[in-house]
Amino acid sequence: MSACLDIRGLSAVLPNGQRVLRSVSLSVQPGEVRALVGESGAGKTMIGKAVLGVLPKSVRIVEGEMLIEGEDLGRLDPKARRTLIGARTALIPQDPLTALNPSRRIGPQMTDRLVRILGWSTETADQRIRQLLDEVQIRDPERVLKSYPHELSGGMRQRVLIAAAFAAEPRLIVADEPTTALDVTVQKQILRLIAQLQRDHGTAILFVTHDLGVVAKISQKVSVLYAGKVVEEADSSALFANPQHPYTRALMAATPRYTDPFASLKPVDESVLAGLAAEIAAADQAWRPGHG
Amino acid sequence: MAEPLFSVRGLKVALPDMTRKPLVGRAPLAEILKGLDFDLPKGSVTGIVGESGSGKSTLGRALVRLLEPSAGSIGFEGREISRLSETELRPLRRDLQMIFQDPMSSLNPRHTIFNIIAAPLRQNGLGDRLKELVAEALQRVGLPQNFASRYRHELSGGQRQRVGIARALALSPKFVVADEIVSGLDVSTQAQILTLLEKLAAEMGLTVAFISHDLSVIRRLCQQVIVMREGRIVEASATDALFDNPKETYTRDLLAAIPLPEIDPDWLRPKASA
Amino acid sequence: MDEANVARRGLSPRLWLAGGWLLLALLAAIFAPLIAPQDPLAQDLMLERLPPFWLDGAEPGYWLGTDSLGRDLLSRLIFGGRIAFIVAFAAATSACLLGSALGLIAGYFGGWPDRIISRIVDVWMAFPPVLFAILLVAVLGTGLSSVILAIAIIDWTRFCRVIRAEAMSQARMDYVESARIAGYGRVGIMLREVLPNVLPSVVALLSLEMGIAVIVEAILSFVNLSISTDDPTWGSIIAEGRLSIHQAWWVLVFPLITLILTVLSFTQFGEALKARFDPVLR
Repeated sequence: MSACLDIRGLSAVLPNGQRVLRSVSLSVQPGEVRALVGESGAGKTMIGKAVLGVLPKSVRIVEGEMLIEGEDLGRLDPKARRTLIGARTALIPQDPLTALNPSRRIGPQMTDRLVRILGWSTETADQRIRQLLDEVQIRDPERVLKSYPHELSGGMRQRVLIAAAFAAEPRLIVADEPTTALDVTVQKQILRLIAQLQRDHGTAILFVTHDLGVVAKISQKVSVLYAGKVVEEADSSALFANPQHPYTRALMAATPRYTDPFASLKPVDESVLAGLAAEIAAADQAWRPGHG
Repeated sequence: MAEPLFSVRGLKVALPDMTRKPLVGRAPLAEILKGLDFDLPKGSVTGIVGESGSGKSTLGRALVRLLEPSAGSIGFEGREISRLSETELRPLRRDLQMIFQDPMSSLNPRHTIFNIIAAPLRQNGLGDRLKELVAEALQRVGLPQNFASRYRHELSGGQRQRVGIARALALSPKFVVADEIVSGLDVSTQAQILTLLEKLAAEMGLTVAFISHDLSVIRRLCQQVIVMREGRIVEASATDALFDNPKETYTRDLLAAIPLPEIDPDWLRPKASA
Repeated sequence: MDEANVARRGLSPRLWLAGGWLLLALLAAIFAPLIAPQDPLAQDLMLERLPPFWLDGAEPGYWLGTDSLGRDLLSRLIFGGRIAFIVAFAAATSACLLGSALGLIAGYFGGWPDRIISRIVDVWMAFPPVLFAILLVAVLGTGLSSVILAIAIIDWTRFCRVIRAEAMSQARMDYVESARIAGYGRVGIMLREVLPNVLPSVVALLSLEMGIAVIVEAILSFVNLSISTDDPTWGSIIAEGRLSIHQAWWVLVFPLITLILTVLSFTQFGEALKARFDPVLR
């Protein structure tokens, strides 16, 4: 069985030639949650965007392959690629407010995608959306469907977007920091919902986050990124029990834990950063752009 | 028993609610803080925790009198400051400082770091010792001296927040509000900034109101904690007591909602309805 | 991020081209009596409608030809530049000072000063500017100072609106609160924290306004409401050129080109200056 998402040796550069993704390889098996964790500038959001085909114009992929359920995106013409991505993937964005059009009601925004892109009939789409709203535990779908985005709370908006993401039964969902803007109690509800829907629908998720705590709770597999390079990848249970890379260990020691205040919040050691810099430099040295 | 630095009684703050502003005329007032009572002991670090809408930032701004309370009293060193005018406050400003959440917004892009740190010194009669005091402030927060001539956009996130700390502490104040000062930073940088603040607070004998949404961070830094929700105090107690034995359901929910970086398959299971 | 900074700080060709033309035109205007090949007022019917130098029948010394009264076109353009620049600098600067100061106060202080100033701006902008200018000059009487005054009175709102909006967003920045904590008063904060951040926009608008002032002056001259007498202005030359377009196209075309180049240069120069100083803001 082929992987739901398979990225092989993906490298991307900025116009000045600087590499922002450094031979990234990772795969997401069907029905699995893979977390992509890293600090700002690690390129984790960039990978999500590459998968969805929405990289900014300034970023150019120079090497590597991306396969969705065995189909190589690079071999498809742009239109076929868009169709494939549109049919098999979906996004749960970070900021639910900017992801929704402020001047349109929620209902039409949610059904639009199903009707226009997937060609469903309005009735089917409408039914489907109501079903999903029920699954994300929205008790009064009528009111929500008629609301404008600003009339809903942050947690409510995120529920709507989760429902919209699952509505078309995608094989893969890219979740880009979906709970970063939320309060912790709401975050927990939202994570619980994502996990629930993910299990029920058997959807694979590429879960982008900076928070190791969230990683531990939601994912089965983890890729740790630094400067556009995967420095460690492992099963979540293995990673948290026994992190291998010094950077992963440093990140864990820096993450605050109220259960153990003095063993956590440790500043990252200079030697770790120096080691990372050397590792990146060595990787760049060995790298030759394939066929620019 | 030492007299507390701050003694707050029945504090209320009401602010214009712009979401309900009519087309013409003034916005109606919304009560953000609904009557708070607490003390801040001298030299203590107090965590003020709450989710969005809890009023924690408003409380911080009221303590340093960026806002005027609508009711209640704020006693600072035994003196009532809640009704003082801007002019009357000026001599107190050097003792009441603030570190802001977002250094992008709190550092003026058109001023050099030197001028940013020097601003409170100039305004408080230390204009003749600027060079020496700015150098001392930079050194205190671990920034190289040549940063004095740089601008905000030439610094990293962590360095910017160090400048924010340097500015707040340049006058050796008695009290500092630290308002979500690490929420915009990466964890590795966050740890550096927090340990720096921890060290400086101890060295300088500062009284700190540490506002945060993150209880993990508060446990490490603070001796006492005030938990807020919707403008009221839910629970206030010594840190260890609060974490080991939270009395209120809301506090327990907050703690249970923090995703710790350890595997726990039960964490996402729906709660068994009791 | 840093690379982008450097690139934008580089000296753009836009800045050089626009600045170069303005400098040339300004120097020519200042030293007009030394540079102009002929007396701009001297009429000679023997020399009427001479073509520019590359056409048959041109006379040496009359590079761009002459008008229907035999006056040298190049000299008239150079002397006309004097009026254009005086009006541009004086009118734009007055409008800028008045508008920016009111905009800064309205935007930063808010409350009733803002309500009063904003109302005045709304009322002001209800008048069509050119009509307003013609009306004002008709009331004030023609003459250089009336033209300058009219432009300043009309166009300060342009500064006021933009600067008010920018000052409002600046006033919400934490560095404004930080300055209060440092012990600054309201006026001190406005001058120290807010003003430097709105200056790039002021400069860009000022340059744009100079271009606009040149056009307005030309329009007023064109309808014979600017400086009366015989002093050449670009607008009056264009007005005359229009009458003899079939016999002597150059009398219309050269002043038009001069006018357009100057106005474009002013606007481009302002934009380029703003872009040059803006990277700091990020």
